[in-house]
Amino acid sequence: MSTNSVAWPIPDAAPRPLVEQLHGWVTTVDHKRLGILYIVYALLFLVIGGVEATIMRIQLMRPQNDFVSPQVFNRMFTMHGTTMIFFVAMPLVFGFGNYLVPLMIGARDMAFPRLNAFSFWMTAFGGLLLYFSFIGGDGLYGAGNAPDVGWFAYAPLTSQTFSRGHSTDFWILSLLVSGFGSVGTAINIIATILSMRCPGMTLGRMPLLAWLNLTMAGLVILAVSPLTAAQAMLLIDRYLGAHFFDTQAGGSAVIWMHFFWIFGHPEVYVLVIPAFAFASEIIPVFSRKPIFGYPVMVAATLCIGFIGMSVWAHHMFTVGMSAGANTFFVLSTMAIAVPTGIKIFNWLATMWGGQIHFKTPMLFCAGFLFQFLIAGLTGIMLSVAPFNWQLGSSYFVVAHFHYVIVGGILFTTFGAFYYWFPKMSGRMYNEALGKLHFWLFFIGFHLTFDFMHIPGILGMPRRIYTYEPGRGWELWNVIVTIGAFFQAAGILIFVANLVWSYFKGSLAGSDPWDAWTLEWSTTSPPPSYNFAKLPEVKSRRPLWDLKHPEDPDWRYE
Amino acid sequence: VKETSGQYRQGGARSALVTGCVLAIRAFAAPASSPTSIFAPLSTPAQSIFDLSIFVLIVTGAIFIVVFSLLAYAVVKFRKRGADTSEPAQVYGSSQVELAWTVIPILIVVVLFLATARVIAGIQNAPRPGNALEVTVIGHQFWWEYRYPSLKVVTANELHLPVGEPAFLTLLSADTDHSFWVPRLGGKTDLIPNHPNSMWMDPRETGLYLGQCAQYCGTQHAKMLLRVYVQSREDFDRWIRDQSQPAFVGVSDGQRIFEGLSCVNCHTVTGTLAKGRFGPDLTHLMSRETIASGAAPNTRENLRRWMRDPGVIKPGSKMPAMGLTDLELDALTAYLETLR
Repeated sequence: MSTNSVAWPIPDAAPRPLVEQLHGWVTTVDHKRLGILYIVYALLFLVIGGVEATIMRIQLMRPQNDFVSPQVFNRMFTMHGTTMIFFVAMPLVFGFGNYLVPLMIGARDMAFPRLNAFSFWMTAFGGLLLYFSFIGGDGLYGAGNAPDVGWFAYAPLTSQTFSRGHSTDFWILSLLVSGFGSVGTAINIIATILSMRCPGMTLGRMPLLAWLNLTMAGLVILAVSPLTAAQAMLLIDRYLGAHFFDTQAGGSAVIWMHFFWIFGHPEVYVLVIPAFAFASEIIPVFSRKPIFGYPVMVAATLCIGFIGMSVWAHHMFTVGMSAGANTFFVLSTMAIAVPTGIKIFNWLATMWGGQIHFKTPMLFCAGFLFQFLIAGLTGIMLSVAPFNWQLGSSYFVVAHFHYVIVGGILFTTFGAFYYWFPKMSGRMYNEALGKLHFWLFFIGFHLTFDFMHIPGILGMPRRIYTYEPGRGWELWNVIVTIGAFFQAAGILIFVANLVWSYFKGSLAGSDPWDAWTLEWSTTSPPPSYNFAKLPEVKSRRPLWDLKHPEDPDWRYE
Repeated sequence: VKETSGQYRQGGARSALVTGCVLAIRAFAAPASSPTSIFAPLSTPAQSIFDLSIFVLIVTGAIFIVVFSLLAYAVVKFRKRGADTSEPAQVYGSSQVELAWTVIPILIVVVLFLATARVIAGIQNAPRPGNALEVTVIGHQFWWEYRYPSLKVVTANELHLPVGEPAFLTLLSADTDHSFWVPRLGGKTDLIPNHPNSMWMDPRETGLYLGQCAQYCGTQHAKMLLRVYVQSREDFDRWIRDQSQPAFVGVSDGQRIFEGLSCVNCHTVTGTLAKGRFGPDLTHLMSRETIASGAAPNTRENLRRWMRDPGVIKPGSKMPAMGLTDLELDALTAYLETLR
């Protein structure tokens, strides 16, 4: 056999039939395909969760509106929260982690490819279970359909007494099942990073994205397990007559809160740390400088992960903890501002003195820096327990955490979409549409979530399907709703851009951004084996060394 | 064409700026226009929270200005211009700078923490004066029960307090979690079954204070409104005296219907057969300005509408529609109107 036939494996072979292609996707164990499956699945649910949010915003646009009934409204906010956290944000995190971690550490796949596929399908099955509640939720009681207990499902609203039918059961089972998927993927990411790095890639030379994903995966194992345990206990309460959370039989509603938030707060870091990871890759490349203070960034990340496990009860300042307990959680919560601040300053220092190219990914990261700064500052306000007694459970809190999740996490994730889309699809996205998406979404975001703080300050609690006129809330609610439509328009442009570019975009080549990490050293899209020959690295920016042999990084690290 | 579009753009920018300014002014003036603003405190705990909030806002505002200026400067100053493709100087970090932006935030956190710890202790560990008014607040789906144990008064949905005197509330729940939040009188505290809580307030001015349940408690969480009437000591004493009287007992068709139906399983009318505790005490129903936990004014039409089908005013309310005839509704409304 000639060497020629190996190098040219018949490029113009007839395309395989559609059914066969789909079968290939269903049975794949390739980390890149699973990553894309996670991402597409998350986008689908992003649209569903967005529709639910829009229904709520239309209902709240004016006082005593009757666009939907209270029952439907309560289902909408429960489904919106559950969907966005568990079936949009988590799959996005795992999707990008799956796709990028092996490529960036020079590996050919994840450590456990079949566990990887299993985890994805568990998560996907969990999402289906949640939405099947619209059909099967009322059970024999005719007691409503989708769950309506809120995404943190405080006891005893979830007991058989207050939640008949099966809607709560679907909620429990869907989180239980997807929780197994999350833990599986977390184990996989840790194993991959610890044992699959290419020659020369010491822990200290890993891209920051790998460090941040390692921390994220550790947090998933620590945080999701208590949630899974709590779901099992709740299921036993509901069907086997236990009384863990059954207050009518001496159970404790507060124990549920602890279980939920010892998951729920680290979960915020599970989502935001990968967002930091995107920013830590995109900002240096578009500022044309290495990340400022790499070791400090790693230390700050680990610090956030560590302190993040001890702040959960700041969600419970109003449940009547002792002054001592409240004071402890004030301190731990405020402490986390320090490593987070360090990160913001390091990103700024990375931009400082650079040549900032404001392509779409960088625009989203700049938006992220601005919004995450504000989100952090409102977070400090909420960490002040007495201030929290006023602001907690109000629209101020809703505005704050959407600032974190949308303004922080979703913005960097959009940046990541545009940054790695050429790698994943082999084609460039449309820059003009990308910028239009940014500006529409930026305006919509600020209309919605800036003005949402105000009704909270004026006493508007969250989770109310309607409100009285004359409280001074009307104007703000109108503006908030208008912003939602701008955001929806932005998302439409985004999806249109992805679809159009996938088919018609110009060819990207392997390294369209003149970047420095290993994923840009292989073709776009990468072959199933990633690298024909495993790379060997000598510094944190192997492609910089390659492009600047006269001035390589390893001289300075 | 280019020029007109430029003018249009300028005009658009100007009107956007004007709208922005108007909205900003409205935003800052908002606390004055709302009866439930947290920035218009009228009791000691609400005031100490407010003072702390202002301090926190100043500190966070200063941080915002500094960091935002750095970001804006970096974005404007270091954006790529022209076709220069040379790489900028590659800087890897600096220990001194890192140390500076670690130590300064730590100092800020220490200051904020100490200020916060002081206010937490000041509110949560405040000594209870011997003469303090004791009220037990019980949250129900979707209404409030108020009991004054030492004064032997039970009422619903409208809390009365004397001005200038500390009132200590014991917070209980009959079913799910609720939260007591009257922003001008203090922060919120949850009512959790099997987990008694407490809070206190000493309203400084007479008047009506509004609020509502702040912890999602089920279908009608939105219409579980709070009304606190702060009265002078004399008015409060008079109110207590009135509430301590037994109900007017006469003989009426309405009362017979009331006692013959399942109304009595849930409602109490002191001095009659009605001794239920699942729903609000109706002994002095007509002394209240609202029905259905503040969801509707207490008028004859609303009472009738409510009894015909509570779901019209509060869909998901726990009170069933009893399928009453018009004649029965008239008689019942007439009876309720005697409960003064």
